[in-house]
Amino acid sequence: MRLLKGYPELTDLVLQASAIAKSFDGNEILRGLSLDVERGELISIIGPSGCGKSTFLRCLNFLEHPDAGTVRIEDVTLSCTGKHWTRANEAQAHRLRAHVGMVFQAFNLFPHRTVIDNVMMAPMQVKGISRDEAQATACTLLEKVGLSGVKNRYPDSLSGGQKQRAAIARALAMKPSVMLYDEPTSALDPELSEEVLSVMRDLDDDGMTQLVVTHDMRFARAASDRVLYVEGGEIVESGDPDLMFANPKEGRTRRFLRTLL
Amino acid sequence: MNKFFACLVVLALTLAPSVHAVAADEQTAAPLVVPGAKDSTDLPWASDGEANVPYVFHDPEHESRMTGFEYDLVNAIAEKMHRKGRFIQNDWDGLIPGLSRDLYSMVVDGIEMTPEHKAAVLFSRPYYVTSERIILRKDETGLDTMEALKGHKIGTIKDTTAERMLRRQGGSTIRSYEEETNAFSDLRNGRLDAILLDAPIAMYYGSISDDMKLVGEPIGSMEYGIAFAPGSRALRDQVDAALGELIKDGTLHKILARWNLWTPLMENYTGDHTHPDIAPVEWDRYRAAMASTTGNNWKVLVHRYVGFLPLIGQAALMTLAVSALAMVLAVALGLLLALARHYGGAVLRLTAGFYVEIVRGTPLLIQVLFIFYGLPAFGIRLSPFMAGVLSLGLNYAAYEAENYRAGLLSVPRGQMEAAIALNMTHWQALRLVVVPQAFRTVVPVMTNDFISLLKDSSLVSVITLTELSQTYVRLSSTYYDYFGTGLMVGAAYLLLGLPFVRLARMAERRMGRSMGGNVGHH
Repeated sequence: MRLLKGYPELTDLVLQASAIAKSFDGNEILRGLSLDVERGELISIIGPSGCGKSTFLRCLNFLEHPDAGTVRIEDVTLSCTGKHWTRANEAQAHRLRAHVGMVFQAFNLFPHRTVIDNVMMAPMQVKGISRDEAQATACTLLEKVGLSGVKNRYPDSLSGGQKQRAAIARALAMKPSVMLYDEPTSALDPELSEEVLSVMRDLDDDGMTQLVVTHDMRFARAASDRVLYVEGGEIVESGDPDLMFANPKEGRTRRFLRTLL
Repeated sequence: MNKFFACLVVLALTLAPSVHAVAADEQTAAPLVVPGAKDSTDLPWASDGEANVPYVFHDPEHESRMTGFEYDLVNAIAEKMHRKGRFIQNDWDGLIPGLSRDLYSMVVDGIEMTPEHKAAVLFSRPYYVTSERIILRKDETGLDTMEALKGHKIGTIKDTTAERMLRRQGGSTIRSYEEETNAFSDLRNGRLDAILLDAPIAMYYGSISDDMKLVGEPIGSMEYGIAFAPGSRALRDQVDAALGELIKDGTLHKILARWNLWTPLMENYTGDHTHPDIAPVEWDRYRAAMASTTGNNWKVLVHRYVGFLPLIGQAALMTLAVSALAMVLAVALGLLLALARHYGGAVLRLTAGFYVEIVRGTPLLIQVLFIFYGLPAFGIRLSPFMAGVLSLGLNYAAYEAENYRAGLLSVPRGQMEAAIALNMTHWQALRLVVVPQAFRTVVPVMTNDFISLLKDSSLVSVITLTELSQTYVRLSSTYYDYFGTGLMVGAAYLLLGLPFVRLARMAERRMGRSMGGNVGHH
């Protein structure tokens, strides 16, 4: 299902999610969301609190187990049928996560390891990459996010912006095809947010596919290729950021955007 | 964390063999391996040699050597049988259970041949006949017959003929003691008016100090026999034959006379009415040794305490070895239990929860006795050392499990999520991310637990391990010196605990630094 007109026919869909549904204690949080993502797209997902946008993101790498729906990333597909989360599901989710990186609002850096160890840990432990190689990659990535100077420090001694950039480097070290950001700047002051957002813009220029759940409308409008407006567990509207912000088609989108002004 | 574990393990491993070596050298060593009673030249026998004068006890002149009239007697019997007596120390309450466990083949400890005892074990013919005596403080008068004891506070040993005689007569307040030395202390400080006890004990304890005296005539009569497991009829018959020869050739007479224990009762029992000229050398030697050790001359005291040092050192090593190995077990098993309770499926969670509740809800002493004496019923026979390590380790695992569970709960959920998002498996996430962080909050509690374990290890003295507390009881009751010995043993416990407190502080500091100094930030 294509949502956007004007794109060339069937290019390279790196991620396809269809009919993702999820309830918590009988409350329907996601009502069958579907989304196709082109390789290299930067998509912002906006919407009121509790609309299900974070849950949707967490369903894409199965940190939340959807009750129903299918996710395909690269060549790995996993369908949920509402039954128990099985060992086979977990194994498939493990394969799928190899292509996805995730960045959290609370950073979730490992406080007992230095910054560079945070970046090196997963490549060495999960992929079995040699220490030398992992270190070289980590240095390059930390340089890219501007943290070369603090790579031997422990996370607790960094500023929030530095922490989030370290978290991005840590996710990138696994060489993902898709990066998921769950409100990456909500815990940061505006000037610190800018450090993080500029890293994300750089990644966009490099062709990284990125999905960002955000409350930062300026970033959503200026940096995104596409914006999704989610409310009540479904995608209400989706499209070019300038068009949507200037002239939302749906009443609900308009109301939401108006409350932000 | 790994380094801390490694330290413990290395410590335990380096200590364990040396302790085995030390204990094996010591004549009084508890059976570290279940003895191979198959060796036909070996005659393993047991007694409670803690403050058990003049039966079997530690020679005050040379603390690591055993002596006593029963000790001499068993050696004479063994010699007649062309075998070699091998003494095994056991707690009084464990003596008979040890027989059925096949830890040794006979028990010699002034066991009275009462009908109840005869129903439980197989007895040799009597090797000693004696009666009860009354002991008073020097300043007391009267109270020299059974009748006169009515209306007074009388001390005795529990489960003895003396105790039964007092109960049958009635009218006195009876205090029953486990250790005779405690009864004598209480008589001395006025908590008791008199003591009624077997004549040998009365003589040896009551007449070596100036402030007590034996009064009245010997009362009643009873017989001591050697106890065997009910199935050991053949061995019993051999021992009876040997005992018969010792009576006939005057060896028993000679042994008892040396201990000043040959009495008219024994004359009647053996039919030996001769009066050979045998000096009571052992009796004199004991009195001389006690005279020189019970004095309060500081030179004597210093000399005595210096003599205690090697014994306390060995005991401290044993305490440390048992505690350290038990802690290693507790840490490993506790972690597994905590993970099972925190992350396991329903069955694992329930099983682990059940284990923790059972172990925390029952006394450690019961667990120690159950593992040592109870498990052999299922064919699991453990050496006292192994049983001690196992019971302490299994017990503390339950407490460690709760400690670790709290530690795991203190790690934010986001840490696990971040690790999973980085495509780690659950196990990798636990091992690399969650457990190391949990460990940090857990270290202070663990240190406290280890110190408690060090102290609780005193409970394994009930299964014949010669560790610090048992050594304290033994030394203090031999010399009536609870104060100085207590200070020394207390200091030994403190010294053992100190390095672990420091080790834990170091580990805490190291981890604290790695967290940017913000311990407890999350």
